[in-house]
Amino acid sequence: MINSEETALSLNESDAAEWQLLLYIAGQTPKSIKALSNVKKYAEEHLKGKYSIEIIDLLKTPQLAEGDQILAVPTLVRRVPEPIRKIIGDLSNEERVLVGLNIRPLK
Amino acid sequence: MQETSKTHNTPNNFIFPKAPTGVEGLDEITEGGFPKGRPTLICGGPGCGKTLLSMQFLIKGITDYDEPGVFMSFEEPTADLSLNVKSLGFDLEQLKADKKLVIDHVRVERSEIEEAGEYDLDGLFIRLGYAIDTVKATRVVLDTLEALFSGLDNQAILRAELRRLFHWLKEKGVTAVITGERGDATLTRQGLEEYVSDCVILLDHRVIEQVSTRRLRIVKYRGSTHGTNEYPFLIDEDGISVLPITSLRLDNEVSSDIVSTGVPGLDDMFNRGGFYRGSNVLVSGTAGTAKTTVACYFADEQCKKGEKVIYFAFEESPQQLVRNMKSIGIHLDKHIGDGALLIHSSRPSLNGLELHLLTLRKLIKEFKPTTIIIDPISNLINVGSEHEVRSMLVRLIDMLKYNNITAMFTSLSKQTDTFRPDLAEESVSSLVDTWITVRDMEGMGERNRGIFIIKARGMGHSNQVREFIITPKGIELLDVELGPEGILTGVARQSNEMNKKLSEIKLQSELDRKDREIARKRKVLEANIEALRNEFESAEEELSLLKATEAMQEQVALNKKQK
Repeated sequence: MINSEETALSLNESDAAEWQLLLYIAGQTPKSIKALSNVKKYAEEHLKGKYSIEIIDLLKTPQLAEGDQILAVPTLVRRVPEPIRKIIGDLSNEERVLVGLNIRPLK
Repeated sequence: MQETSKTHNTPNNFIFPKAPTGVEGLDEITEGGFPKGRPTLICGGPGCGKTLLSMQFLIKGITDYDEPGVFMSFEEPTADLSLNVKSLGFDLEQLKADKKLVIDHVRVERSEIEEAGEYDLDGLFIRLGYAIDTVKATRVVLDTLEALFSGLDNQAILRAELRRLFHWLKEKGVTAVITGERGDATLTRQGLEEYVSDCVILLDHRVIEQVSTRRLRIVKYRGSTHGTNEYPFLIDEDGISVLPITSLRLDNEVSSDIVSTGVPGLDDMFNRGGFYRGSNVLVSGTAGTAKTTVACYFADEQCKKGEKVIYFAFEESPQQLVRNMKSIGIHLDKHIGDGALLIHSSRPSLNGLELHLLTLRKLIKEFKPTTIIIDPISNLINVGSEHEVRSMLVRLIDMLKYNNITAMFTSLSKQTDTFRPDLAEESVSSLVDTWITVRDMEGMGERNRGIFIIKARGMGHSNQVREFIITPKGIELLDVELGPEGILTGVARQSNEMNKKLSEIKLQSELDRKDREIARKRKVLEANIEALRNEFESAEEELSLLKATEAMQEQVALNKKQK
């Protein structure tokens, strides 16, 4: 189970992390659970120690959907570094997630 | 709301619940509006007014029916939308401030989005749901869902999600309008929306002979009857207005009042002394047969009776018309000053037929006339095809009848030997109630004007062709003059009158002569009688003399015997 606040706290040790990621979900659906575990896995693998993940449940805070232009869920948003990037889906395709986050250029 | 409660109370008299659109004319065609609580699709090509129609639906819902709304735009940013419709007099900012309207711009940027795995559009649903809940919206517009397809790759998901969106909207009970771009073979690019919508409206923008006409058609409407034709519509400073080609019924009220034609003598040609109020009169004729004069007489007469008249002049400017009519003793300027008469002049080619019709409608709405005159209606033929003109006239006449406005149209007919109606007349002749023709009658080196009635619905009328002359005092209908070969006009009439006079004089002198002869004869007779009587008297005298003599002789003889 995901507890959004707890997770955010546990991962977000410094406010100005080098990589600030937001994961938008709508309730505890299999897709959102899968997406969260995926993003955690990739972050640990590639961005260890320099990232924060915030989880926003739109069922609880629907007003936040407009700000980041969220259409699809789950959506992973890279706030920092600029520019803002969005990856939608359950993030099961690692290759595309990494390309989307610009972590490792596709070669 | 009213409609729904009605359906509960009277199940036998079911009325399909509808949300009025507030778009002039559209509610008539849809018989009340879009299906309430269900999705409606508005589709069409670029620039045909999809966004505007949906926006108008939303804004009218707020202002006229107190139904708050949500506008979800996938294409235009909020600020642009506000600005675009501001020119139409809609103030979105104010409505937003009043918590009646939410505008949400959903930006789908392909370059920003990477797809990695399964997803759904719950984000969109939540956003929409949140917006609906903030203002308690009952009307929702999604403009244009197409943008999703260009922004996202996974078509299969999108299609499934769109289907879910439509159901979700229905469940929410909001009256939704979805716009869609027109596809090649299908109504929309995805070929999906038209099947899941309960009502589909197709907009179209066609240019025929350099004149563009926007048209609207209801492709489907589940659970309700609707007009099925293509209806032209207009976008002007008041937004969209749809002009039904014909009203769906022919059941306008009729009046038995009679209005005078204003032309002395012409009234007498109608059994009831004029036109019915609310009827349409066509005055047709070739060039220079005084159609305009007849029309102005009618206008003048109506103004004098205290009616309000609009005169649509497609040939002359108001000033020119006023001046020209002064020459025959009609002072239109006085009526203009009194506010009883409005002369509206414009060139027929100024704008398309539909705009002309709209101008007419607007002026009629503002001025509220009881009589209108269109001079000449045949000039509108230049603007559109015969068919279009006819359909416009049908709508015009319907509108006039509906408002019980007496209308007079003049129509220029081409000079033909048979003087039977040509195109212009044919297109209106079956629509009008009364048809008067003014025509040239040529002969003996001159041209005379004649007027006659071709038809007058619901009224007997004279069958004569009456000659009329126009003098500085105005129109004068002359008495019918019959010659050996029919009706006489002009010089023939004059020479006929001269002949008549001559023969009258001749006859008179003949009579006098006969009288004198008789008198003479009587004198002779009397003289003869006198002579005969004298003769008789003398014979009688002689006889009595003889008798006396004989008696004397007898006496003498008797006396002799006694002695």
